Amino acid sequence: MMLNPAILALLMVSILVSTMLLVAATFAFRILRHWDIQSGSELQLRLERRTYLVSTLLVWAFLFEFLSLLLFIYNAEALSGQFVGAMCATGVLNLNPWGWPTLFLKITLFFVAAIWLLLNYLDNRGYDYPLIRFKYALLLMALPLVGAETILQWLHFTEMEPNLITSCCGTLFSADAQGVSAEVSGIAPANSILALAISGIVVIAAGVWVALRGQSGWLLSITGAAAFVIALVAIISSISLYIYEHPHHHCPFCILKQGHGYVGYFLYIPLFLATALSLGAGFVSPWRRITSLSQTVADVLPVISWLALFFFLQFYLTSAWSIWSSRLTMMEVWW
Amino acid sequence: MITLLRKQRYFIDYTLGTMMRHKGKSLGLLSVYTMIIFMLASVMLFSHAMRSEAVALLADSPEIVVQRIQAGRSVMVPADYLQRIGKLRGVTEKRGRLWGYYYDPAVKANYTVMASEQDQLTINDIVIGEGIGRTRGLSVGDYLTLRSHEGKAFSFRVSRLLESESELISSDLLLMNPQGYRQLFGIDESLYTDLVLSVRNPREIQKIAEKLTRLLPDSRPILRSEILRTYESLFSWRQGVMLILLLGSVLAFVIFAWDKASGLSAEERKEIGILKAVGWETGEVMRMKFWEGVIISLMAFLIGYLAAYLHVFYTSAGLFEPVLKGWSVLYPSFQLTPSVDGLQLATLFFFTVLPYTLATIVPVWRTSITDPDLVMR
Amino acid sequence: MLIELTDVRKAFNQGKPNEFWAIQGITTQFEVNRISCLKGASGSGKTTLMSMIGCLSRPTSGRIRLQDRTISSLPERFLTQVRRHTFGFIFQRFNLIPGLSVVENIMLPAYPLGLKASSLRSRAERLLEQFLLVDKASNPVEWLSGGEAQRVAICRALINDPQILIADEPTANLDSRLSREFMVLLDQLSKAGKTVLISSHDPVVFDSPVVDRVVELEDGLMVSGEG
Repeated sequence: MMLNPAILALLMVSILVSTMLLVAATFAFRILRHWDIQSGSELQLRLERRTYLVSTLLVWAFLFEFLSLLLFIYNAEALSGQFVGAMCATGVLNLNPWGWPTLFLKITLFFVAAIWLLLNYLDNRGYDYPLIRFKYALLLMALPLVGAETILQWLHFTEMEPNLITSCCGTLFSADAQGVSAEVSGIAPANSILALAISGIVVIAAGVWVALRGQSGWLLSITGAAAFVIALVAIISSISLYIYEHPHHHCPFCILKQGHGYVGYFLYIPLFLATALSLGAGFVSPWRRITSLSQTVADVLPVISWLALFFFLQFYLTSAWSIWSSRLTMMEVWW
Repeated sequence: MITLLRKQRYFIDYTLGTMMRHKGKSLGLLSVYTMIIFMLASVMLFSHAMRSEAVALLADSPEIVVQRIQAGRSVMVPADYLQRIGKLRGVTEKRGRLWGYYYDPAVKANYTVMASEQDQLTINDIVIGEGIGRTRGLSVGDYLTLRSHEGKAFSFRVSRLLESESELISSDLLLMNPQGYRQLFGIDESLYTDLVLSVRNPREIQKIAEKLTRLLPDSRPILRSEILRTYESLFSWRQGVMLILLLGSVLAFVIFAWDKASGLSAEERKEIGILKAVGWETGEVMRMKFWEGVIISLMAFLIGYLAAYLHVFYTSAGLFEPVLKGWSVLYPSFQLTPSVDGLQLATLFFFTVLPYTLATIVPVWRTSITDPDLVMR
Repeated sequence: MLIELTDVRKAFNQGKPNEFWAIQGITTQFEVNRISCLKGASGSGKTTLMSMIGCLSRPTSGRIRLQDRTISSLPERFLTQVRRHTFGFIFQRFNLIPGLSVVENIMLPAYPLGLKASSLRSRAERLLEQFLLVDKASNPVEWLSGGEAQRVAICRALINDPQILIADEPTANLDSRLSREFMVLLDQLSKAGKTVLISSHDPVVFDSPVVDRVVELEDGLMVSGEG
């Protein structure tokens, strides 16, 4: 067990967030069972009032969840000095089998939370709360994720022993190793950059189309999700090489270090925001057929799409800049 | 969008006015909140600074220190071990060190005594840290008398005072000529306290340490990176323990905040009723109360953190120095090098603002759902 | 026709032993540009009915339509949005917030609309002028006399330029001279195009010549005054 303040904070946050979601989930059951907007009964009025409390709780819970994702990565970076073999977050996540699943769950939760918050925003603008059942059903599905994240994170931190020897990015993200990370690292930089450029053009075209037409948000969601995956692959297989100015260092975490000007945060934060917004677009646009929401969807969908494009563009420009300003030239790899 | 921002501005204006009208209550909450942040931030800043000091201390130290272990205790290293090590690939420099502690009954403190060759001291000269200079009232040219192992008094002339950015490192240090050191402590010419090896390439250190244990089976190589790691975990562990102790007070604060937020006077309740009646919506009352929380948290955070910063770096953490430091007593007025860390700020936020916010959500909601037609009844 | 009520009922403490139906089925209409008065003893349901018409609360059953919109099934969030653009309220005890100045009290209902500060200010000043309160603008409301407080309450009700004014026992804290003056003010507002709905058991109000229609309530039912 490592007893440091950031770990304590992360454990505390995850327990608080699960408790908040548990409270919200019991409420969700009541909504699913008793909600009747036409009724003026006292039960309905009580439920309506309680939605204010529960949605406030959830807004905070998801906000804390998002901050805890940042703190988790930052803390993993900071801890790397305390373990033999760990040079960056990769080493710390490799310490036990729970590190990576925790990270992936946190990322998934980030996207789920963003979608839920968008739906909540939308629903609160429809005068008959048309999405209320859907959104609370969705919440019930998110609950196991939060629970699992709490448990995995707890295991990850409690099973951390200071004398553990771990392996770091050099072994995991190397073309010679085995597994997904190795295959991703092994992709030729030329191919991944080409894919990145194509996915960028496609997602921006789709976004402009959705923003101008105010419909078919799913187009942006699909292209956005694809662009997200391709972007991560490109970071590992090529962008990182340019940032480290080293032809074989493929780590997706070392770019978060001070030594590289924290450029990783400027890559990841816009990328994640852009992806969350694109996914949200797909969840927002179908509701324009509902009378009470059509106006809101017409107002909100273009805003979401433009914002998504803005963040995607920021990500692509930062990547291009890191490649452009790098002193690494990969002649033999390119030609 | 602009309307939305203007709306928030009106809410902030209104809530500021409300806070001014209920000054006593706001000030009470603010001072307790500030106090909590001050305590937590002091602990964090202090232990973080201590860790940075330790890291700075080690920055110039050699990569490998070799001690000799005899029957499980570390003993002096024979000088011929240097020859037995011979030439190891990657080792750029190797030498023996002489150092130890001297207990000075006059000030009831330990000095760290080291033999120094770089300073080219004559046998009668010493260089002392500022801590020693201060407690013994010594300046350059004065004499310091130390009792040797045989009980004889040796007088040394202070030729220089050590200056250092980080006083913690050098405060109790006393440097002298190797010859003088051997005479004072009665150490044979053929012995050293330990051996140090400098290695340029960090990747080779592990390998060299392995070779050393093979060449000198009774030796124990200590790596700088290992010491650093130990310090890191020691200090973050200490911080953790302190925080767990302080968690009790955070909990007390949460209960206090909950109580303050739910214990509305009849006057305040009526005020909310009026707002609801004239057209404020539940969500908007909550928004207004949310801004109140933001203002209080921000002020408490700023004041508390600033006070903690001054406390730790300008008064040397006077309040709990004895608890946390527990080193030699020669540091009555040392100054820590100021350092602020993002992770630390984030953690502090999670430990204070988050519990406060959570504690107020339910009471704020209860207030906000006041029936709008209450004022008509 | 502006407001239409169809079999409106309101219960309190539903499903408990002390269940109580404050309104037991009212069907009526209120016309545009008239001054109507709800009359009845205390406990007759005047206030409950007014609060439902004014979108302060929702009927347990029945339907309320405001112009072409059914408001009886709107959740509070949207009810409030309708309310603050349509209704201005004058309460029995004025209900001004002590500690705030006259002009701040008047602007209170407009804060959630997020208007530009300068236009909000000029709106408030116009009302202050109209109701002869300019020199009191920055005084705290505690310093006002009963009549002045009443006029401040009227200004506050008018800040969002509502179509309908709702006054709940507006003369209960005024002497008869001020009460008559108040009725004159209401008449002027009605002539300026506002619809006014008053609840009162004060003869100065319901016998006043400016009132167009008196509806009498008893035990949550209408006993006279079919429009």
